[in-house]
Amino acid sequence: MLEVKNLVFHPLENGLEISIIENVSFTVEPGEMLVITGPNGGGKSTVARLLMGIEKPDSGSICLDGTDITDWSIAQRANAGIGFAFQQPPRFKGMTVKRLLSISAGNELPENKCCDLLSGVGLCAREYLNREVDNTLSGGEMKRIEIATVLAKPHKLCVFDEPEAGIDLWSFSMLVDQFEKLHEEKKESLILISHQEKIIQMADRIMVIRDGRVDALGPKEQILPMLLHGEKDCTCMNSPCRA
Amino acid sequence: MANLDQITESLLTQIDSEGFKQEGAYNLRYNGYSLCHGNTEHITIRRKEDKQGIDVYISGETKGEQVHIPVVVATSGMVDVVYNDFYIGEGAEVTIVAGCGIHNSGCNDSRHDGIHSFHVGKNANVRYEEKHYGEGTGTGARILNPVTKIFMEENSVFTLDTAQIKGVDSTKRETEVVMGNDAKLFVIEKLMTHDDQNAISDMDIYLNGTGSSAQITSRSVARGKSRQVFHPKAIGNALCHAHIQCDSIIMDQAEVCSIPEIDAKHVDAAIIHEAAIGRINSEQLIKLNTFGLDDEAAEAIIIENFLN
Repeated sequence: MLEVKNLVFHPLENGLEISIIENVSFTVEPGEMLVITGPNGGGKSTVARLLMGIEKPDSGSICLDGTDITDWSIAQRANAGIGFAFQQPPRFKGMTVKRLLSISAGNELPENKCCDLLSGVGLCAREYLNREVDNTLSGGEMKRIEIATVLAKPHKLCVFDEPEAGIDLWSFSMLVDQFEKLHEEKKESLILISHQEKIIQMADRIMVIRDGRVDALGPKEQILPMLLHGEKDCTCMNSPCRA
Repeated sequence: MANLDQITESLLTQIDSEGFKQEGAYNLRYNGYSLCHGNTEHITIRRKEDKQGIDVYISGETKGEQVHIPVVVATSGMVDVVYNDFYIGEGAEVTIVAGCGIHNSGCNDSRHDGIHSFHVGKNANVRYEEKHYGEGTGTGARILNPVTKIFMEENSVFTLDTAQIKGVDSTKRETEVVMGNDAKLFVIEKLMTHDDQNAISDMDIYLNGTGSSAQITSRSVARGKSRQVFHPKAIGNALCHAHIQCDSIIMDQAEVCSIPEIDAKHVDAAIIHEAAIGRINSEQLIKLNTFGLDDEAAEAIIIENFLN
């Protein structure tokens, strides 16, 4: 179980302290899917980066299965079972897709396992195994490979930062199937940051973050109607405004 | 069969990725003389009579054979200059595995200058691999100054794959390629320097033949206080295509100077160069951290793959 209490993040910008995250608290139960949504620039990705240790909070705490991991490094958190998919994954000159998947899995993966992972995110696997993870891949291809790296090994908690961004409709549909499958297995807790109604629909609970604060948090049945019917600002969703 | 000591065996493992064996076509140069050599039906190696070195004759009937010509310098203070000439017949398909390993445990400089020329016949396809490596606990420098001249006839293909990974204190590489009609050249240059090492690579590619093409890829990592200078130059004298790409990772207090030069002397010469120097991207490190790797392990993986 993930327990986040009173996270505050006030980095310095040009010597001035700016408020990015203010007292954000939430939990994620084992096997639960929490979708974080909200307007652009509201702090969703920052929360994700704080969970992974990429940013350090000024105050507050993050506990995983009762252990305080707030001061842990990224690698320590990864080894404790947290997986993370970047919104804009970095490229690696000289590294093949197969090698990247093997590193993410922590062992040399056989070709058929790599193919399964790539097929699962909508890539024609054999064409990609020996491709370099460099500028020859499109943003959409990079994004799908990024998600495959997280799926390459089991985690306690996976965080996906806007997995749908830059992905075509057909591949997006396959991704949704992957997330549904993961969710049904209930082996991993999932946090998805998304604007997509189709992803938000999968959630057990939804958290809306706006201006660095938790604007709403509750079961899907409670929050989704508010989002869809304009009781909350519908700009946080990628579907037409139904208000 | 010659008996090889442990140092020689170890150096051969480093410089001959295909695995050196005293069989097929081979010549092992050890401390300035030819220790052992062998020929095959299609490949003949002859010792030069007027100077140090060998002539290697590869007949046009050669298909898929390998020639191994490693050099080992294991004596401190040795200066070894060798001239090797390769004559590759029309239509031959061959892989030539060269390379030099220096073990210097003394206080004097050890140096090897390998001066190679390749005469590549029509329609021949040659892959040339050359690895440089240095080791030893002495204070004497390990110096390698290779000179490579390649003359390519019509429709021939030449792949020049060079790597200097560790332990060479100073190197000055000179490469010159003259290309005929429809000849294709692929150059892959990998270099890692550390401590106070110094590396210079000058390369002149003359695209003289109509339809000739060259792809030059250079990847390097400079660490410590080392210094690297790259100067690849493509000269388009005909309808041709060339692409020069130099990428370097710079670390610590190292210096990297990359000067790709393109020189078109024909209206149909299409030549491109790209050069980039930068530190290891922090996002790459963070990404590998999210796989559970600490910074040191992540850095090693990034470098290993970059130079792959």
